[in-house]
Amino acid sequence: MTDLATERGLAVELSDLTRVYGAVRALDGLTLHLEPGELVCLLGPSGCGKTTALRILAGLDQPTSGTVSVGGRDLTRVPANKRDMGMVFQAYSLFPHMTVIDNVAFGLKLRGRDGASRRKRAGDMLDLVGLGQHADRYAHQLSGGQQQRVALARALAVEPSVLLLDEPLSALDAKVRVQLRDEIRRVQLEVGTTTLFVTHDQEEALAVADRVGVMNAGRLEQLAPPAELYSAPATKFVGEFVGLSNRLPATVTAGVASVLGQEVPALDGSATGSGSALVRPEAISVVADPSGGATVTTVQFLGPLSRVTCQLADGTDVVAQLASTDAVRLTPGDAVRLEVAPSPVLVVAD
Amino acid sequence: MVGAFQDEAGGLTFGNLDALTSEAALTALKGSLVLSATTAVIGALLGALLAYLVVSLPTSSLLRRTTLAISGVLAQFGGVVLAFAWIATIGPVGILTKALSDLLGADLYGPWLFDIPGLVVVYCYFQIPLMVIVFAPAFEGLRPQWREAATNLGASTWDYWRHVAIPLLTPAFLGATLLLFANAFAAYATAAVLVSQGQPIVPLLIRQAITSEVLLGQANVGFALALEMIVVVTLVMLAYNMLLKRTSRWMR
Repeated sequence: MTDLATERGLAVELSDLTRVYGAVRALDGLTLHLEPGELVCLLGPSGCGKTTALRILAGLDQPTSGTVSVGGRDLTRVPANKRDMGMVFQAYSLFPHMTVIDNVAFGLKLRGRDGASRRKRAGDMLDLVGLGQHADRYAHQLSGGQQQRVALARALAVEPSVLLLDEPLSALDAKVRVQLRDEIRRVQLEVGTTTLFVTHDQEEALAVADRVGVMNAGRLEQLAPPAELYSAPATKFVGEFVGLSNRLPATVTAGVASVLGQEVPALDGSATGSGSALVRPEAISVVADPSGGATVTTVQFLGPLSRVTCQLADGTDVVAQLASTDAVRLTPGDAVRLEVAPSPVLVVAD
Repeated sequence: MVGAFQDEAGGLTFGNLDALTSEAALTALKGSLVLSATTAVIGALLGALLAYLVVSLPTSSLLRRTTLAISGVLAQFGGVVLAFAWIATIGPVGILTKALSDLLGADLYGPWLFDIPGLVVVYCYFQIPLMVIVFAPAFEGLRPQWREAATNLGASTWDYWRHVAIPLLTPAFLGATLLLFANAFAAYATAAVLVSQGQPIVPLLIRQAITSEVLLGQANVGFALALEMIVVVTLVMLAYNMLLKRTSRWMR
């Protein structure tokens, strides 16, 4: 094992990475910095380049240009098997002819650790993910969620300098996905390994990450803590991709946007003059008002919250998210007035 | 099968089974086993190598599709057609025999061509392609993420083959080898055309027992020999199925 793997929580630097496949630019100048011990999620639609970035960091793909460094050491041309990184794949990747404990100990075996110490370490890792009692089973005897937990234990057993998670939850059903998502975060905080987590599921990204990087067309649109990303999107793409947004006609004058007849602060980067304000459903409240200018069209009950869709006089649909206790008073056909909360909004050019 | 336990008059007898321990029957059985085992091993090794090279090509590759298609045809190429092609190639006046004789003065032709060694070579013409079409799916079943996971954990190419790929492929390889063994063991027509003297393998001994005008009343001995073949092939196929079950569990 190299010195790298004995240290914990190393900084990761992807600098101006490009990756070109024929006519396709999968990465177009991606620069990303991960602080030591940080968990960063790369979020974006299919084909945005997030998996390419992760594979380049793992050494499973080579950049057309740009550099990769971990802990200040340039790894751009270091082979994948010399990088000391742990990776959990989207598809189940346990070796089917090995037991669970042999899978977890595999990386240690390659590093020449003796049988007793690697069994001890593998057992500890299995305990960490709650599967200590399944050590002698085979992959086909485990559920999908258990297999991914074993894969996580296997990746962490070698004390990697960086943990890479390539959509590890996407093959699992919704309930298991939430459980395992929380478990990954717990384990990551416990071991303190710098982690890059790639996903197309924004709820997943917002729930586990210290910071979320939203990618589009091979570029990083915004890298910010989840709350900031949600409340203050830097670009039109981020505003529309992360969470639900209403596109409402707006006019910006001196940093103030006029939306639905009300004035709210415009975020930095907003267009000036006429445009569309991206307003979150929860920033809109619905008030019964016979002369309010809007009509309730649907009310969707979602448990503690309800989603109410209203139509303005000009035909524009506006979605509001209310507490269900408030929404029960509304029925389709009610005349209402829509009010926008005074939180900053991003206004984009039409 | 019933005929194996009947005498000429149709009565029940186990006497036909005694013929299985005769020198001629044991020699033929040994010949069949040697021929089948040899061609199974040669076919398996060379076929596996070819299968690996083929599946390493992109799925859209014309060479890949062509090789698999030709293998599918050649795997069924045994019989009279293959024997004729064989004679036309390295028979007494075969094209290769004449070419080597004219160019190098080497004499390829000899009695070995029409005995077990010759049959070993000619059987490879359908054993190797059969291995390609049987074993290529096993290579295709190796998931790329197993290799990437191994690499990510620090494995070199050799480590990957040693610890992951070869152990995963071994049951499928052994199963395919058994299938080749059964295929050669049951083959008849190619040997029937090529071998004109002696009965070096069991199918030819059965032919002699059933059709001989010199040794009359041997048909039931032929049935007993056929029963012996059925037992051998059944055992082989049972082992093949066991290995297949294990492979399918791993590769699904």
